[in-house]
Amino acid sequence: MGLAISFWLLAAAAVGSALAVVLLRNVFRAALLLISCFFAIAGLFVTLGADFLAMVQVLVYVGAIAVLLLLAIMLTREAATGSPFSRWRIGGAIASVALLAAMIAVFRATPWKVADQSVVLKPTTAELGARLLTPESGFVLPFEIASVLLLAAVLGAIVLVKEK
Amino acid sequence: MDWLRWIIFVVIILAFALSFVMAFILLERRIVGKFQLRPGPNRVGPMGMLQPVADAVKILLKEDITPAKGDRWVHRLAPIVAFAPALLVFAVVPFQGKGPGLGFSLDQPAALADLNVGVLYIVAVSSISVIGMIMAGWASNNKYSLLGAMRAIAQMVSYEVPLVLSIVGIVIASGSLSLNSIVEAQSIPFILLQPLGFLIYFLGATAEINRAPFDLLEAESEIVASYHTEYSGMRFAMFFLGEYAYALGVSAIVSVLFLGGYKFPFGLLPQSFIWFLAKIFLVFFLMLWVRSTLPRVRIDQMMAFAWKFLLPLSLVNLLLVAAEGVSTIGFGWAAVGINVILAIAFVVIWANRFYRVKGVTVG
Amino acid sequence: MSFLADYGYIGLFFVVSVVFALTTVLIPQILTALGVIPSKPSPAKSATYECGMDTIGKSWVQFNFRYYFLALLFLVFDIETVFLYPWAVAFNKLGLFGFVEMVIFVGILVVAYLYAWKKKAFEWK
Repeated sequence: MGLAISFWLLAAAAVGSALAVVLLRNVFRAALLLISCFFAIAGLFVTLGADFLAMVQVLVYVGAIAVLLLLAIMLTREAATGSPFSRWRIGGAIASVALLAAMIAVFRATPWKVADQSVVLKPTTAELGARLLTPESGFVLPFEIASVLLLAAVLGAIVLVKEK
Repeated sequence: MDWLRWIIFVVIILAFALSFVMAFILLERRIVGKFQLRPGPNRVGPMGMLQPVADAVKILLKEDITPAKGDRWVHRLAPIVAFAPALLVFAVVPFQGKGPGLGFSLDQPAALADLNVGVLYIVAVSSISVIGMIMAGWASNNKYSLLGAMRAIAQMVSYEVPLVLSIVGIVIASGSLSLNSIVEAQSIPFILLQPLGFLIYFLGATAEINRAPFDLLEAESEIVASYHTEYSGMRFAMFFLGEYAYALGVSAIVSVLFLGGYKFPFGLLPQSFIWFLAKIFLVFFLMLWVRSTLPRVRIDQMMAFAWKFLLPLSLVNLLLVAAEGVSTIGFGWAAVGINVILAIAFVVIWANRFYRVKGVTVG
Repeated sequence: MSFLADYGYIGLFFVVSVVFALTTVLIPQILTALGVIPSKPSPAKSATYECGMDTIGKSWVQFNFRYYFLALLFLVFDIETVFLYPWAVAFNKLGLFGFVEMVIFVGILVVAYLYAWKKKAFEWK
C-alpha cells in the first residue's frame, strides 16, 4: 500500500518535472527541475528494492552531473533568457514522437516477467560486488573496460581544456 | 509501534540538531575568542549562554528582501534546498548500539533508520546542499553571489573525490556500509587503523562544508558574503544554520567512522550516546582549532591541495588498506603500527615534495 | 520488507525536514503580514548590492574555464568510486582476485590522472 502510494507520487513527480524541463523557457529553472526529476527517479529505484542504485543515482546525477550542467549554464553568457526558437522545431517534434512510438511498441512487445510475490528483497551492494568481480560471473572484462572508458573521458576533457 | 519509534526519533533528531547547532554557534564564538585572547560574547545571560537566543530573535524580526532583478522563486527556494539536506544526514546516524549500555539497554540500534547503504546515503545527501548554494548565487543577480557559487562548485568538485575515496578504506575494514555495523566493527578505532584516511576525510570534509582555512566562499575581503550577499532575515539565517548543521553532521560522521561512535575507546566502559556526543564536541573543537591556527588559503592553493595532495594520498591509503586486507596482516594491532608510521612518512614526504614542486607555492 | 520500510521512514523524514525548513521561512512572512516585522520596500533596498556603488556592467562575470574541466574530472572519479563501493563491501569474499582486479581498474585511472597532471591540467592560471 505504502509502496504503491510512493510509487505513484514519485512517478508523477518524475514525469511532471521532466515535462517542465522541456516546456520551461528559463534554462536555469529547467536544469533545477531536471534535478528534481533525477531525485524522483532515485526514489523509484528505492521502491524497486535497488538501494545501491538509488544512492548512486543521487550521488552521480544530482551530485555530479547536475552540478556540471548548472556550471555549464553559468559559464554560458545570457543563458537565462533561454534559447531562441529553433528552425528544427517540427523536425524535433516528429523525431520525439517517433521515439516515443518505438518505446511504447517495445514496451508492449516485451513479455514482462512479474517476480514471485514471495521474493524477499535484500540489500544489493554486497551482492553487486560479488556478481561484478568474481571470475565466474563473466563481468571481469567489461568491468576493466569501463575503466578504459573513464580514461578516454579524462583524455577528452584534457583535449577540451587545452588552450586554443 | 514502529510509528511511535519514528515519531520519537524525528523529535530526538530535531531537538539534537537544533540544540547542538545553537551550542556550536555559541561555542565557536567563545572558543575562537579565547584563541584570539578576547572574551567573546559574554553579556547576554550567564557566560553569554543566551547569545544564540538573542541572535535568533533579532534575525527573526529582520525585513526579508528579494533583489529586484533576481529570479524571485529560485531565490526563495535556495535556502530550503541548502538547509533541508543538513537535517537528512542525521537520519542514519546511530546514537547508541544494540544491547546493554550505560544505564539502559536497547533491543535495536538507536537510529531513525539504520540503512545498509548508510555511508553512501550520507555522501549522496550532503552533495545536494551545493545546489542550494548555486541557486542562491544565480538567483541573486549579483557578481559576488555568482562568484561565491562558482567557488562553492570548485570546492565541492575538488574535495568530494578524496573524501569519498577515504571512506572506501573504512568500508573495506568493516565490510559494511551501515553506520551501525561500522561502529560495531571498531574494536580498534579506525583513526588508529587508518590515520591517513582520517586526515583526508577530516580535511576534505572541512573543505566541503566551507570552514576555515578553506572558507574561500566566505572570503569577506574578496567577495563580500558570497552566495548569500543578497539575503536577509530568516532566509539568511537558514544558510547560516545550514552551515552549522553541516559542521555538526561532519563532526557526527567523523565520530562514527573514525572514533568509534557510541563506544568508549577499547570498550573500557559500556557503550552510551554520551560518548558519542562527547566525540562530536571533540571533533568540532578540532575544527575550531584548525580555524584559529591556519590562515585562509588562496583558490589556486585550495585546488592544488585537493588534486595534488589529498587525491594521491587517498589512493595510497586505499591501496594500503586493501593490501593489508588481502595479506596476512589483517586489521589488527600490527596494521595499526604499520599504518601510523607509513601515514607520518607519506605526509612528511609528500608535503615536502609538494612544497618544492615548481610553480606551486603551497605551504 | 523491513529493508524498504527504513526508506519509507527516511522518505517521511525528508518531508518533515522540508516542512520544517518551509515553516521556518514562513514564520517571518506571517509576522510581516501581522505588522510585527517592518516592511518598507524601496528601489534602493532591492537594488543589487555592490558595496554601495551603482552596479557596474552586468552581473554575469567571465569565469575560468578550468572549473568545467575539474568538474568533468570529478565526474569521472565519482563514477570510479561508485565501482569501488560494492567491491569494498564484498572485499572479504572476493579476496586476492578482486584485489588484483581493482588494482588494474584504479591503475588505468591513475594513468589518466598522471596524464592530466603532466598536461598541467591542475595548474590554476
